[in-house]
Amino acid sequence: MMKEHQHYLSGMVKELKPSGIRKFFDLAASIKGVISLGVGEPDFITPWSIREAAILSLEEGYTSYTANPGLLELRQEISGYLNKRFGVQYNPVDQVIVTAGASQAIDLTFRAILNPGDEVLIIEPAFVSYAPLVTLAGGKPIPVSTHPSNGFKLTPEQIENAITTKTKAILLCSPNNPTGTYLNKEELTKIAGVVEKHDLLVISDEIYAELTYDDEYTSFASIEGMYDRTILINGFSKGFAMTGWRLGFLAAPQPFTEQMVKILQYTTMCAPHMLQHGAIEALRNTYHEVESMRRSYRRRRNYIVQSLNSIGLDCHTPGGAFYVFPSIKKTGMSSEQFAEELLLAEKVAVVPGSAFGESGEGYIRCSYATSMEQLQEAMQRIKRFMDSLESKENRVQELSTNN
Amino acid sequence: MRLSGEELEVLSILEENHRIPVQDIALMVNSSVEDVSAIIKKLEDEKIIVSYPALIDWSKVAGEENIVAMIDVKVTPKRGVGFDEVAERIYRFPEVTSLYLMSGAYDLSITIEGKTMSEIARFVSEKLSTIDNVISTTTHFMLKKYKHDGVIFGENNDRDRRMVVSP
Repeated sequence: MMKEHQHYLSGMVKELKPSGIRKFFDLAASIKGVISLGVGEPDFITPWSIREAAILSLEEGYTSYTANPGLLELRQEISGYLNKRFGVQYNPVDQVIVTAGASQAIDLTFRAILNPGDEVLIIEPAFVSYAPLVTLAGGKPIPVSTHPSNGFKLTPEQIENAITTKTKAILLCSPNNPTGTYLNKEELTKIAGVVEKHDLLVISDEIYAELTYDDEYTSFASIEGMYDRTILINGFSKGFAMTGWRLGFLAAPQPFTEQMVKILQYTTMCAPHMLQHGAIEALRNTYHEVESMRRSYRRRRNYIVQSLNSIGLDCHTPGGAFYVFPSIKKTGMSSEQFAEELLLAEKVAVVPGSAFGESGEGYIRCSYATSMEQLQEAMQRIKRFMDSLESKENRVQELSTNN
Repeated sequence: MRLSGEELEVLSILEENHRIPVQDIALMVNSSVEDVSAIIKKLEDEKIIVSYPALIDWSKVAGEENIVAMIDVKVTPKRGVGFDEVAERIYRFPEVTSLYLMSGAYDLSITIEGKTMSEIARFVSEKLSTIDNVISTTTHFMLKKYKHDGVIFGENNDRDRRMVVSP
């Protein structure tokens, strides 16, 4: 007879909390006719020529493994892309690794750099995977809260306050999921000063780099003195509308990639071969489609920010990604309660800000990667919901005055 | 005519969907309703926005199916007015839905719509072929419309396949 299953499980994994998003997904998925602003991925289908290149690859029989860091041809394209778009130079032979999604690239990074107890600063509100990935690699995630008063932008002081002797790295994500906050060159340069002073590494998640709306994108690796301290993470999911392909990449100084390739070798071997051909096509020939998607998101961002503000949900204008992060504090509800009641009353799915760390409490994440028609309808429903809360509050006030 | 960035933005929004209210377009381009209305009026006045037709798949409406034919026409151009005069004579017929001057094996490409085959046949034999400058016609009947003006007809393959909530 087997002992109780729990006995066999890893204590570290058991202690990980399931993602707050998963919990909300189950509830939203059980209700029919939902308009979803809860989706963290493009509403566009991958451009046809990319899909076609992957189909052709299968037809031609490219079903074998590739080199561990990916097809050299793809790494060359990635290297050219990083140079052309962001002005950073990486040798495709030993400084670029193709991964199964940007998340795997982050996982590889933490595994390669962390010793037990090393601390990594996670700038909150943050993408749900960051802290658990640090934990799984034996490190300790240290949340650093940012504030809505300056659009959730990270300041050097916030880093200084969180640094200890065990701090090894900072994970930056700009534009950010869930706030959409974008850090410009000047802001990154200030952060770089602290990084240098305390001899830290930066894991720069640049997955939303193609989705900035008001400024040219600055890669952290391009900031003076930061190239050697940066592990640049990017991928095809967001900019090229290729989320389900699970194709990402990282670029870093060779001593890092050398270790990461070993981990890749023993875990996944390589990213899927035929999909890498799709990625080559993406980088070579689809920039005009990326640009057209970007324009479309920008229009929707403008629309949703102004609509939410006029409804009475305070919302800063994010510089990138496809999320807005309005405050629901004035309703007096927790973000989870607000999201749940909105879903039940008006069938609009948003993600509670608490899913992205403690500093996300009091906010909701709304994704505008959905059609204008759906956005227009969602805004009407949210307005109706807010009006109903207000009239409920008025009735309560009336009753208490009468009594 | 060279347009400003904002004018181009309004144009492409309208090209995608001209039913979006002006108020919403103003939000989308970060402008005022008055300014967007003025832009739209200017674009209409300049005939840059020519019309706002609805693209209808009549084949789905019982009893309203149209027969569409594309006709390649060879004509003799007239001194002084080239192809314009004969083109004008042809496009004035209400059954003609489009007319283009082409390079290559023939001169004019005409699309006509009618309710029946005989209606189309009558147009070709009685109206089109009898025009003096028309030398020859070749009629192709359209069997099925897959894509028109950038819009895919038929089954909706673009349904949202994403999960309701994702990270």
